[in-house]
Amino acid sequence: MTEVILIPKRNVDIKLEADIINPDSFAGKSAEEIGNLPIWQGPRTYPLCEFFEVKVNGGSSEAETIIRIKGDASRVKRIGEGMSAGKIEIEGSAGMHLGTGMKGGEIFVSGDTDSWPAMEMIGGLLHIKGNAGDHVGCAYRGKWHGMKGGRIVIEGSARHQVGGGMDGGEIFVEGNVEGFCGIRQTGGLIIVKGRALRGVGAEMTAGTIVIGGKIERFSPGFEYMGIEEGLTLGGVELKGKFKKFIGDYAISTRAKGVLYVAVDTNTEL
Amino acid sequence: MAGTIVIKNGYVFDPLNEIKGEIMDIFVQDGKVVTGLSAAELKTGTFIDAFGKTVMPGGVDSHSHVAGSKVNAGRVMRPEDHYKATIQKTSLLHSGSGYTVPSVYKQGYDYAAMGYTTVFEAAIPPLEARHTHEEMRATPILDMGGYLELGNNFFVMRYLREGDIWRAAAYVSWMMKTHKTYGVKCVNPAGVENWGWGKNVSSLDEANIHFEITPREIIKGLSEINECLGMPMPLHLHANNLGHPGCYTIAKESLKIPDVIKPRQNMEVEWAEIKMNPAKNRSVYLAHLMFNSFAGTTWADLESGVKELAGYINNKDHVVIDSGCVPFGEATTMTGDGPAIHDIYTLTGNKWSNKDVEMECGSGVLPFTYLKSNPVHSVQWAMGLECLLLINDPWKTIMTTDSPNGGPFTKYPEVMTWLMSEAYRKQTLSECHKWANDRSEIGGVRRELSLYDLAILTRANPARTIGMAHRKGSLGVGADGDITIYNINPQQLDPNNYEALLRTFRKVEYTIKGGEIVVAKGEVVSIPEKRTYYSEVHVEDEKEKEMLADVKEWFRYYTLGFANYQTPKKYLANPTPIQVNGKR
Repeated sequence: MTEVILIPKRNVDIKLEADIINPDSFAGKSAEEIGNLPIWQGPRTYPLCEFFEVKVNGGSSEAETIIRIKGDASRVKRIGEGMSAGKIEIEGSAGMHLGTGMKGGEIFVSGDTDSWPAMEMIGGLLHIKGNAGDHVGCAYRGKWHGMKGGRIVIEGSARHQVGGGMDGGEIFVEGNVEGFCGIRQTGGLIIVKGRALRGVGAEMTAGTIVIGGKIERFSPGFEYMGIEEGLTLGGVELKGKFKKFIGDYAISTRAKGVLYVAVDTNTEL
Repeated sequence: MAGTIVIKNGYVFDPLNEIKGEIMDIFVQDGKVVTGLSAAELKTGTFIDAFGKTVMPGGVDSHSHVAGSKVNAGRVMRPEDHYKATIQKTSLLHSGSGYTVPSVYKQGYDYAAMGYTTVFEAAIPPLEARHTHEEMRATPILDMGGYLELGNNFFVMRYLREGDIWRAAAYVSWMMKTHKTYGVKCVNPAGVENWGWGKNVSSLDEANIHFEITPREIIKGLSEINECLGMPMPLHLHANNLGHPGCYTIAKESLKIPDVIKPRQNMEVEWAEIKMNPAKNRSVYLAHLMFNSFAGTTWADLESGVKELAGYINNKDHVVIDSGCVPFGEATTMTGDGPAIHDIYTLTGNKWSNKDVEMECGSGVLPFTYLKSNPVHSVQWAMGLECLLLINDPWKTIMTTDSPNGGPFTKYPEVMTWLMSEAYRKQTLSECHKWANDRSEIGGVRRELSLYDLAILTRANPARTIGMAHRKGSLGVGADGDITIYNINPQQLDPNNYEALLRTFRKVEYTIKGGEIVVAKGEVVSIPEKRTYYSEVHVEDEKEKEMLADVKEWFRYYTLGFANYQTPKKYLANPTPIQVNGKR
């Protein structure tokens, strides 16, 4: 078991691009070697030790490497990008593109994250104690296929386009979401305990979305199927009654997306 | 001295000079191939030991979409095409990004890294000529030029309808000079104009709206004009109904039209020493045959119609084609054929863009992914290879992917290897949908191209077809010192070891342009000057004056003034005019 501890040294002005903060690239390296890995700031590269104090405890192997960031990393982008194993614990907040395209392993954030966490995730777990920005588990701009597998847990709220273009995997949001949750979804599961703004499941053709709170403006392309009770989805027991809808028929005539909406909070539907 | 190099003891493949893998030395001085160098010159020049390696003229791509507004529309609408394919800035290289539609810099480096030194843009809308030239000027390393879209041009259609072929010819010649373009391109003649009204044409004899002219009349008219002006290359045709099941019939009928027209090349150039007669001998150059070769009536009973077309081309001597191969994976379809793109949109639902270019033409762009698991895509893969393997005479074929329509040009190594290795074709056949085997002839094709054939398909014939053989596509004395060296020993070549072939084609040993090493072991090491070629076509002053009076009169329908229409020379990198139809 290797433990790599990164302690932020100073405030960051221009955001850092630090895809090398990643168990795969840290594995088997000494503190000095890790400290010399290059990170980008604007058009320049700097060694990691310019911004972080690096401490290493223990042996080496990527599957067992744990990276602990002791402090705020909200201006550090792309932490854990493409990681395949190991663990990252951030004792603070994280910047954009946290865990983008991650294939395995775990990331735990005690604070908030900026936009694009776990963009196009393939596997693994991302757990956020606080809130997340836009595009959680979403497809990159212009692309129509987002998260393919893995699990995202957000204890707070998320913003727009949660699970955009999602093909597989699971997203759980304890709080609320804004617009276009599950837009163009073609598989996988999104469970939101709180309310949603609008455009939920727009253009979805498959997969499942559950909204536990109120949907402010319901998408027009869904067909009502009936009321269901005692649902268990993705290992989560859902209390109360849900209205089941199939869609989105706005564009595709063969859509098979499933949208559950809590009965109590959506009486007018 | 810059541009002076000697390449010793390589196995040289130079089809225009009928050199088939002989061990030879190649000398280049001041950028041109020479017979030898003096001892003093040898001392100052660069020396390359090519023993055990394959030496060919620099690659020539005669049909690729690399510059201009539709390529740029593709870049703009596809951020997802760029974020994973990036190159970093170095002291020599510009940064760049993009996989199917790379930025201009990346495009130049990627082509050079594969051994290509000359690339011609396949379709330039006249109004977008400035933009196209700006992008060509910014593309590093490559010598370039482009073909002007004239198949749905208001003036061409009107003059041909009125039977005034000389006025149409004067217009074409003036347009070539005005926009600094090289050849005549004809895309879905009469059909793109109808697309302005939400329609298309479905047969060669269907007259279009308002102009009342048929595709047959436009193809006939433009190829007559092309030959009576003595253009360097034949009419470059993208046939009607392209990309639809059953379209091979209309392609075949279209090819019959220029059969009766005699090829004529009237250009003032200095010819490199070439053993073969390199003069133009075809009256039509059909673009991306694969997309023109669908048989069947619907997508359900689709099959390859390449056999039928190849049979026709085998029996005729007036046709040359490029293949438009499909190497599977990501692509971006882009063409002047607006309605064809709309039809792919209705099939796929992908994002798309379409444009009507005022009184001239149209275009469309749509991202596309070719999958081995998809029955139609698998047949398309087989058809692309059939185009090059079922036509017996390699001098009638040119290897392309219609980049980026069938796939990006960076997939050429795969296509080359499929052509050279039956084992690699069998391997791919076993991975893709059974339609590839059941609905084409590819499974039964035993032919494996030699390095000599490959040199014809990728250098000698594209150069000869477009009339650039006077300086490109050969290693004859006086030719440009553009040379590719592959790490292949022809004596030990084993087509069954396709992995090795793929590796060598992906990263050439050396690319030399104008006698300067630009790529060594797949890495770009220098960025020499480049040229842009265009046809300066002349007709009698009187005819031009009369035609211009009419054009100026009609110019009020354009959104810009006549004075701003032309593309000034400063938009071109080292403008290199080719005098056509006499000198002024």
